Amino acid sequence: MLRIACPYCGERDQVEFAYGGDASEGFPELADSDVGRWTKFVFVRENPRGVHGEYWHHQYGCRQWLRVVRDTVTHQVHSVAPARQGDRT
Amino acid sequence: MTRYSALSLIRNALAGNRGWPRAWRDAQPRAEYDVVIVGGGGHGLASAYYLAREHGVSKVAVLEKGYVGGGNTGRNTTIVRSNYMIDGNTRFYEWSMKLWEGLSRDLNFNVMFSQRGQLNLCHSKAQMDAAARRGNIMRLNGIDAELLSRHEVRRMAPILDFSDRARFPIHGALWQQRAGTARHDAVAWGYARAADRHGVDIIQQCEVTGLIRDQGRVVGVDTTRGPIRAGKVGLAVAGHTSELAAMAGLRLPIETHLLQAFVTEPVKPVLDVVVAFGAAHLYVSQSDHGGLVMGGDLDGYNSYEQRGDLPIVEETMAAVKSLLPLVSRLRILRQWSGVMDMTMDGSPIICKAPVDGLYINGGWCYGGFKATPASGWCFAHTIANDRAHDLSARFTMERFHRGHQLDEKGMGPIPGAH
Ligand SMILES: Cc1cc2nc3c(=O)[nH]c(=O)nc-3n(C[C@H](O)[C@H](O)[C@H](O)COP(=O)(O)OP(=O)(O)OC[C@H]3O[C@@H](n4cnc5c(N)ncnc54)[C@H](O)[C@@H]3O)c2cc1C
Ligand SMILES: [Zn+2]
Repeated sequence: MLRIACPYCGERDQVEFAYGGDASEGFPELADSDVGRWTKFVFVRENPRGVHGEYWHHQYGCRQWLRVVRDTVTHQVHSVAPARQGDRT
Repeated sequence: MTRYSALSLIRNALAGNRGWPRAWRDAQPRAEYDVVIVGGGGHGLASAYYLAREHGVSKVAVLEKGYVGGGNTGRNTTIVRSNYMIDGNTRFYEWSMKLWEGLSRDLNFNVMFSQRGQLNLCHSKAQMDAAARRGNIMRLNGIDAELLSRHEVRRMAPILDFSDRARFPIHGALWQQRAGTARHDAVAWGYARAADRHGVDIIQQCEVTGLIRDQGRVVGVDTTRGPIRAGKVGLAVAGHTSELAAMAGLRLPIETHLLQAFVTEPVKPVLDVVVAFGAAHLYVSQSDHGGLVMGGDLDGYNSYEQRGDLPIVEETMAAVKSLLPLVSRLRILRQWSGVMDMTMDGSPIICKAPVDGLYINGGWCYGGFKATPASGWCFAHTIANDRAHDLSARFTMERFHRGHQLDEKGMGPIPGAH
């Protein structure tokens, strides 16, 4: 089982968290009418075999959204930080 | 090459089974092919077979990094069904079912296709309504479906929990009689042998490490056994489609997720149909050995690790125990997993890539085993004719751009939820 060190609550079991997926693509401007950019944001994923930037929600803890950098082969968690607007991996 | 028949069985049995020749050649890579298929699972092998047989493409190779059928083809819970509801899916999966029904004869290899039928259980009146709707749509598409009452389900599978204490009482089920299971390894071996007989080179222990480009066009592959030129390159690498497509600079509407499967110690026959639970994600059938074979949900986060995480073990066991109380006294004999492409709408991708010379077959999610014959059929057509087959016309990637997703469950663009 993954252990994720929440910056607010400390290291917890993965079952306390909900997965939020790829964190590499930023939310487009709401007024953006370019279909290509929205398609990319909504549907296209980095999906690397290796280091992956991803969101997790500490659903059964502090309920904060976190940005986790994790290896998709070894499951080693490299970093956990609060997810903030404008951040990218 | 010997044709398998009752006669050849008897002749070889009398000779102590020492006379069987190898089922297909151990081909060495040639410098160049018309078509190279990457991935020696069921889909890649079926594609090569139909390319050679239906489209007369003579120089075809299948490159497999491990051994044929060592991927998801040899790791799945082998359920074959065609109970789909959405236009674009219905006819495709029904064509696959029709190919399954003639497959052993067609390949001259017993794939042990057993049409024992599948129950999709309903645990509420709302689920019965949804099942009736699905069943009606299936029947309008010429697919067999029948709505069963609780009483009828009980007659068919008395071992399920019909007690007053059942956590999720069974109201009824949608039944597909023609659904069932097949021997997964035999599907890979059967297609490999049949493709080989049509001149296809099946090359194992040959990993594709890069794509050779010429003015943008894909003209071959770099492999651990040297470069191989190709007129066209088709990807059928389940779970690794993003990785291979990235070699051509493409990013796809796919996440790679892990799905586990379990089998219990063997017991006497207790369940002679396939059962899909309606209250949690779980499906179970009994193998010819007597083991209960089951699977549940994804691990839930991107993973290429092919082992499996413990929370899903617990979740699957809780679900199967509430459906089949007898399992609480059985031991799990084996557990394994496979890495799969989960697409953003839960439906597959068969298309010409946006890069010339490259073709993609992927995104099979949980359900690609049943699709094996039709997937090979349509992918071969797409590669040979440079356009989609009628039956797979909706499986191209443009659907995401146009907002025409094929979202059978209506879950939205969350791959882990399909
Ligand atoms: C646990 C589990 C249960 C399932 N249960 C069912 C079920 O009951 N019913 C159903 O219909 N479907 C089921 N599925 C899905 C089904 O197994 C797959 O969709 C299907 O088998 C995919 O076949 P394939 O030929 O595309 O992939 P695979 O059989 O995985 O073949 C792909 C091959 O590509 C090779 N490869 C990868 N990268 C490279 C490279 N760089 N170079 C060369 N070769 C490469 C791999 O080694 C692999 O052998 C299940 C899947 C899993 C994991
Ligand atoms: Zn927290």
